[in-house]
Amino acid sequence: MTTVEEPATTPIGFGRMLRKEDARFLRGQGHYVDDIVLPGMLHGAVLRSPLAHARILSIDTSAAEAHPKVKAVITGATLETLGLAWMPSLSHDVVAVLATDKVRFQGQEVAFVVAEDHYSARDALELIEVDYEPLDPVVDARRALEDDAPVIRDDIEGKTDNHIFDWESGDAAEAEAVFARADVVVTQDMLYPRVHPAPMETCGAVADMDKVSGKLTIHCTTQAPHAHRTLYALVAGLPEHKIRVNSPDIGGGFGNKVGIYPGYVCAIVGSIVTGKPVKWMEDRSENLMSTSFARDYHMRGEIAATRDGRITGLRVHVLADHGAFNNTAQPTKYPAGFFHIFTGSYDLEAAHCQVTGVYTNKAPGGVAYACSFRVTEAAYLVERIVDCLADELGMDPAELRMRNLIRPEQFPYMCKTGWEYDSGDYPRTLRLALEMAGYDELRREQAEKRARGELMGIGLSFFTETVGAGPRKHMDILGLGMADGAEVRVHPTGKAVVRLSVQSQGQGHETTFAQIVAEELGISPDDIEVVHGDTDNTPFGLGTYGSRSTPVSGAAVAVTARRVRDKARLIAAAMIECAPEDLEWEKGRWFVKGDPSTGKTVQEIALASHGTLELPEGVEGHLDAQCVYDPPNLTYPYGAYICVVDVDPGTGAVKVRRFIAVDDCGTRINPMIVEGQIHGGLADGVGMALMEAIAFDEDGNCLGGSFMDYLLPTSMECPSWEVGETVTPSPHHPIGAKGIGESATVGSPAAVVNAVLDAIGVRHADMPLTPAQVWRAMQGRPFRTDLAVE
Amino acid sequence: MQVTMTVNGEEVTRDVEPRLLLIHFVRDHLGLTGSHWGCDTSNCGTCVLWMDGEPVKSCTVLAVMAGGRTIRTVEDLARDGELDPVQEGFMREHGLQCGFCTPGMMMTARWLLDRNPDPSETEIREAISGQICRCTGYENIVRSVRWAAEHETQVEVTT
Repeated sequence: MTTVEEPATTPIGFGRMLRKEDARFLRGQGHYVDDIVLPGMLHGAVLRSPLAHARILSIDTSAAEAHPKVKAVITGATLETLGLAWMPSLSHDVVAVLATDKVRFQGQEVAFVVAEDHYSARDALELIEVDYEPLDPVVDARRALEDDAPVIRDDIEGKTDNHIFDWESGDAAEAEAVFARADVVVTQDMLYPRVHPAPMETCGAVADMDKVSGKLTIHCTTQAPHAHRTLYALVAGLPEHKIRVNSPDIGGGFGNKVGIYPGYVCAIVGSIVTGKPVKWMEDRSENLMSTSFARDYHMRGEIAATRDGRITGLRVHVLADHGAFNNTAQPTKYPAGFFHIFTGSYDLEAAHCQVTGVYTNKAPGGVAYACSFRVTEAAYLVERIVDCLADELGMDPAELRMRNLIRPEQFPYMCKTGWEYDSGDYPRTLRLALEMAGYDELRREQAEKRARGELMGIGLSFFTETVGAGPRKHMDILGLGMADGAEVRVHPTGKAVVRLSVQSQGQGHETTFAQIVAEELGISPDDIEVVHGDTDNTPFGLGTYGSRSTPVSGAAVAVTARRVRDKARLIAAAMIECAPEDLEWEKGRWFVKGDPSTGKTVQEIALASHGTLELPEGVEGHLDAQCVYDPPNLTYPYGAYICVVDVDPGTGAVKVRRFIAVDDCGTRINPMIVEGQIHGGLADGVGMALMEAIAFDEDGNCLGGSFMDYLLPTSMECPSWEVGETVTPSPHHPIGAKGIGESATVGSPAAVVNAVLDAIGVRHADMPLTPAQVWRAMQGRPFRTDLAVE
Repeated sequence: MQVTMTVNGEEVTRDVEPRLLLIHFVRDHLGLTGSHWGCDTSNCGTCVLWMDGEPVKSCTVLAVMAGGRTIRTVEDLARDGELDPVQEGFMREHGLQCGFCTPGMMMTARWLLDRNPDPSETEIREAISGQICRCTGYENIVRSVRWAAEHETQVEVTT
């Protein structure tokens, strides 16, 4: 069999290191929710609404209940008796668990069947008779606020329209003044269509209520196990210490697995009712039609500039389609997430945005798909409209960007909507991307091809993200502050365990977090166990999304490891019988200043800390520490992306020929993992720009309900990514890391769209730029991509 | 009805419903959970395993259709505790993140290399084009398969 030449060396700290978690995945021994089998386990299935908007007149479950393998049928009426028919949303709204009065989107949960096996549960769904009275649906967000639009949320007392919120940021008067005196103003409407994160593993749970101990265990596809546990305690009134949420291996999340879905609650109720464990796994259509979508932002952008290309102002009005319930997962104070970073990477005089949220008869959600709390929409808006301005001014888009980037000496930079950018050298990053691309040569090639009637396009984007939410004084979700805990314990023999509040959906935490501890303590990552995902074994924290694991939890682990190191110093001093101040640290040991041969390794100190050594006053035995990290600011990763496309003039088909991505995420703990994160996000960007959209017909039927209709990029649509890096550490983060999980998803769609529009010489057409859309854009008649109408 | 097939070298016989899908048979009846279920429509390829030496999407094969046939799943890739070069390549080149598509990708890669020991990047991309990965952007999967191709000579041929 295989003989491996040279085993990869493990760095004691940062650097390229193969992943510790791969061993099980490679052997087919990953342990996902659907792999869990418990004794006596039953299977649940959800009956969903075929209609987008309808009143429920009656539900007859008698035939389903008579099915020999059915153990329970749960409806909204059942849940009402338990006070669980509705649950709080993540945005101070409510969400129906099982519909009682009306259904408000196609695919909404109506009933839940528990049966002996999965197939029988599905059979029994067919036996439930629901009598619906169809109502007019609101499908087009632009119709939602019309006077005669049907009121979707008549469950809310006194509600007479479909308005959710108005929110603004920046200074409207300042912006007005800047626009009034501008040489050039360009206005552009653009839609960021509704898309779906579509992780390969759908959502699901195994709920197990132990009636003897009163303990509820929920194995669940969740990116935020601790937040889920607390919410279950608050919603269901269950004592929190009797709830264990376990997030095992997760087959991709991308924000899809942040929220609590009705299916999870139904599985819990099913387990309580039957006294058996109940598994519920949604199928692909259920995942695409009912769980947290992303985007659906209708944006009108305006950009102001001088004739010679200095950008002076930016204004945006957004109509935000939140679907039937306002259930976006984001910090409470920010109903439009962090969209107000829409000024991007440019030094402006004024900016203002206004966002209006509306209900429609579509699935709820809105903050997902690696969006960094709506930074994706913001980055797309600014990077698209800067290209529109370049077109208006007749300037090269690279030159226009370079002229307006925030300069290195301006950091920390306070932007016009209140974000304090921590660090950056933007021109250096853009220059590197241009060099890697051979930008001037590409433009020459493009000119030659154009002369021959061939369509080649070059698109740029330069994005700035704001991630790592966040400071407790500003940021909470349903009142839970966004600080994260960590615990590090060094065992007597010098091996260590680190317990995290965040969990992994593929990001490689078991490796990266071991490397952070290794860097701080000098213990090999191979000797460090990373524990995550199980609320019974980990400290509290809000979970993995918004690129927050490294910025928040990574900082927590570094700070904790440093506390261990400080404690080790006191113990080492006792061992050596010197003053702690006389000791100096080098990775892995404390030694006497000026006498490097006299020292104690972490392993020796760990053993002594558990032994009989007389410890100094105030020092307890054992070698461990914990902390709760409250980030002083967010972190601001950024990057310069260049996309090269060829467009078939006969069909409108787009081929992405090259994609150059230069990312600056500060310190790179494991460059291999960082690059992997970037690769994945770039594929997302190609998908969203060219293929992906959840559209609806006029009756509210979802047109993206399977992978035959919702197209994801394959190996054939993706080029071989060309990645580069600059490193500008975050000054306020303990190890200078900024987070990378979502950068490429945020930054890449605009580069692809800009490239296609550059190729066909059209100022704007909405994503996805399918062959049909490109063809129509070339004729000057691009489609609306959110609806199945012209 | 009763179905008998050879799975990873062992003959198995089970009573199954005629409608039972092969993916559910291997996962739920045999406990081989390395193959995953992802889409129901033959689009995603997380359920890819081998039937009579050919990769199939087992979410659209009935278990009874596999009667008398030979099935090989990811659990059979490593032999005697030694990883297949494809598995080694996926680890070396960071060809996996969440790991959900990985078993199917590796089964297709093994099939490709058995027929084409020195595939080009394009040939690798074509071979995995019926399978979706949401994490890697495919780049490192291609590199992983190339790594395996370049290290195949170290594999002892066993039958």
